[in-house]
Amino acid sequence: MLIEVGHFALALALALSLVQAVMPVWAARSGDQALRAVATPAALGAFACILFSFGALTYAHATSDFSVQNVVENSHTLKPFLYKLSGVWGNHEGSMLLWVLILTLFGALVAVARNSVPPTLRANTLAVQGLITFVFVLFIITTSNPFTRVSPAPVEGNDLNPLLQDFGLAIHPPLLYVGYVGFSITFAFAIAALIDGRIDAVWARAVRPWTLTAWSFLTLGIAMGSYWAYYELGWGGWWFWDPVENASLMPWLAGTALLHSTVVMEKRDALKVWTVLLAILTFSLSLLGTFIVRSGVLTSVHSFATDPTRGIFILAILILFIGGSLTLFAWRAPMLRQGGLFAPISREGALVMNNLLLAAACATVFTGTLYPLLLESLTAEKISVGPPFFNYTFIPLAVPLLLIVPFGQTLAWKRGDVHAASQRLFAALAVALVVGLAVLAYTWGGPMMAPVGIGLGVYLVIGSALEIVSRARGYGASRARGAGVVWRRAMGLPRSAWGTALAHAGVGVVVLGIAAQGWATEGLKTLKPGETLASGPYVATLDRVGPRMGENYSETTAFLTIRNRAGDMIGTVETGKRFYPSRRMTVTESGLLTIGASQVYASLGEVMPEGGSIGLRLYYKPLVLLIWLGAVVMALGGAVSLTDRRMRVGAPARAKAKALPAGMAAAE
Amino acid sequence: MSAAPRVALLLALGGALLTAGGAHAVQPDEVLKDPALEARARDISAGLRCLVCQNQSIDDSDAPLAKDLRLIVRERLQAGDDNEQVQAYVVGRYGEYVLLRPVFALHTLLLWLTPLAALGLGLFGLWRLSRRRADPAPQGLTAAEQAEIAALTRRD
Repeated sequence: MLIEVGHFALALALALSLVQAVMPVWAARSGDQALRAVATPAALGAFACILFSFGALTYAHATSDFSVQNVVENSHTLKPFLYKLSGVWGNHEGSMLLWVLILTLFGALVAVARNSVPPTLRANTLAVQGLITFVFVLFIITTSNPFTRVSPAPVEGNDLNPLLQDFGLAIHPPLLYVGYVGFSITFAFAIAALIDGRIDAVWARAVRPWTLTAWSFLTLGIAMGSYWAYYELGWGGWWFWDPVENASLMPWLAGTALLHSTVVMEKRDALKVWTVLLAILTFSLSLLGTFIVRSGVLTSVHSFATDPTRGIFILAILILFIGGSLTLFAWRAPMLRQGGLFAPISREGALVMNNLLLAAACATVFTGTLYPLLLESLTAEKISVGPPFFNYTFIPLAVPLLLIVPFGQTLAWKRGDVHAASQRLFAALAVALVVGLAVLAYTWGGPMMAPVGIGLGVYLVIGSALEIVSRARGYGASRARGAGVVWRRAMGLPRSAWGTALAHAGVGVVVLGIAAQGWATEGLKTLKPGETLASGPYVATLDRVGPRMGENYSETTAFLTIRNRAGDMIGTVETGKRFYPSRRMTVTESGLLTIGASQVYASLGEVMPEGGSIGLRLYYKPLVLLIWLGAVVMALGGAVSLTDRRMRVGAPARAKAKALPAGMAAAE
Repeated sequence: MSAAPRVALLLALGGALLTAGGAHAVQPDEVLKDPALEARARDISAGLRCLVCQNQSIDDSDAPLAKDLRLIVRERLQAGDDNEQVQAYVVGRYGEYVLLRPVFALHTLLLWLTPLAALGLGLFGLWRLSRRRADPAPQGLTAAEQAEIAALTRRD
């Protein structure tokens, strides 16, 4: 019964989102203010309905209700409870429902946000948001209904793909979706501005908290996905330039550019048309990301849904939103009043360079991801575009971008002074150079690019710190003396300054982690119990190989002891092959030992039937955790920025706490 | 869609993922005695696509075909081929699709030129922008906006 009500709630949400989409537009035509106000309760109602639907599906999964097809296909009575819950979005139908849940949550937040958004802009934004919700709920109901019943109900389900039975699935998709979907708000604001024919600093300020929120979550989501792939796929890589990864990287690159261009727009009243275009592109790329994952049009290790009818529906959605919004843009953008000009050497000049390089990087990833598909459909020629291509093209765009980050921060608005900026950055440049050279000397004979990367990372981290210090110290007559004064002034700096510095330092930390992978080592050997395998500064001894039982799998486990070269014991690691009888699948479970920010990574290969010998891969991954910790620092920078006083005026923070029930606040 | 084909589909996908999950790539018995040659083999392998996998190099995949290719690479290296010759040999047998780094040719021109074209386009746009004369200063605020500012500043 609950399932049917959940299904009904979905249909109700469809109707409500249509009301939300139509009423503000009608109100604008008829001039009836009461009609416009209908959008708010409609948005809240749509959210409540989807929340109920999602709850009903979650209940079905939690209680293993095998009369529901979705549960049959993705669950099993023996599956651990956490994976029963995360299994709700570990499949196509459920993940689309989660997508729409987050979409309506954002819609509801815009509706109740008690901020200074002009009423027309808010109503139009809600209308666009309502249209997106309507189309996606229609998509779910017609092609991907999670509430289909099976009769007679089987006694047992097919279980969730074992690769997805992991904590990674519990958090990676929700974080990623909040990021993807969060950009729908920016998109809706952009479309609303185009409809209105008016865009200014108020718009930029209204949009900024939403962009920041979406960006922070997307950063976390991508980092989580990367870490998950790192330990789950068993060959120690952390980024594969896989189409699905690229699909999340593209909106991130565009979103990062958008974040910076809205700053320029807010401060200098410039880059308006470009910012609107970026807002459209960022969400379009999020939609494209959904398309790439959901339709299986690009084969990749990730896609767990392949269905052409859905693909065509999503294609129609893409054409509607991307084509429609770009057409609107082409028609209305020339009417937007262009803002001021600026000197190339200035804060805004540096931000323009940031946008240029990010856009070029995004275009490169876009072409690289879709080119094989395009070429094959046009000429039937098949080519592959893999990691070597992306490394060759992406890195030359990324490095100059990273180099200008501290400069941009140091330059003044309107008219900057490169000489003064270099002087202020002198410490960062000097330390980076010294560290880079020291590392190069110490690791002489090793990879040459790794010390360069370390220097770049150090430069970014120190450059960010210097920015705070020099701002706190002040210039000229007001230049502070004494560390106490500087500290007090630093504490008094706006949170957005801290957020920016933190996010940029986070980028530096990521660069350090990536650079250090130049020194990663790999050992590969067939081992009998008692034998050893070395990798980098560590040696693994195979203690024994034995069977082990899990809740829903049986495992052949290799127990290893890790020692350093001097023979001191560091810790133990277990790596195994898990066999899931429900799916008749074997999955390798890698074993990780964390030493500081570095890791020893063991992965079990073939298990020979005789003699108890095993194939073993042992990686040493120096400072590898910095890659993901850096991303967390970046997201934290976004969060700190969100608490800025200027943001709070525009952000829904206070209203949220009062107007929303506890569950919603928690979900947010 | 009825249950049976869907289940079959999922099982098939599961099978595909199995290859991804149990990745074990190079086996100890494949490793060449000469470390320099083995390093070159690994380097070449990382640039060759496993044809039956989804986006994996033969170095990362444990599919039988990938193993065959790895052995071919090592055979050619031991026969004295240089890296380009090995690559040309594999391309000759399996086609261009096997290269993870596409060749620079007419049909990939657009692909390789994208970064430069994007940068060029952006710089051209900026140049156009810098030639345009500045618009007159923004007009004053409307009464409603003035009131809004007043309300905001009071709150602070």
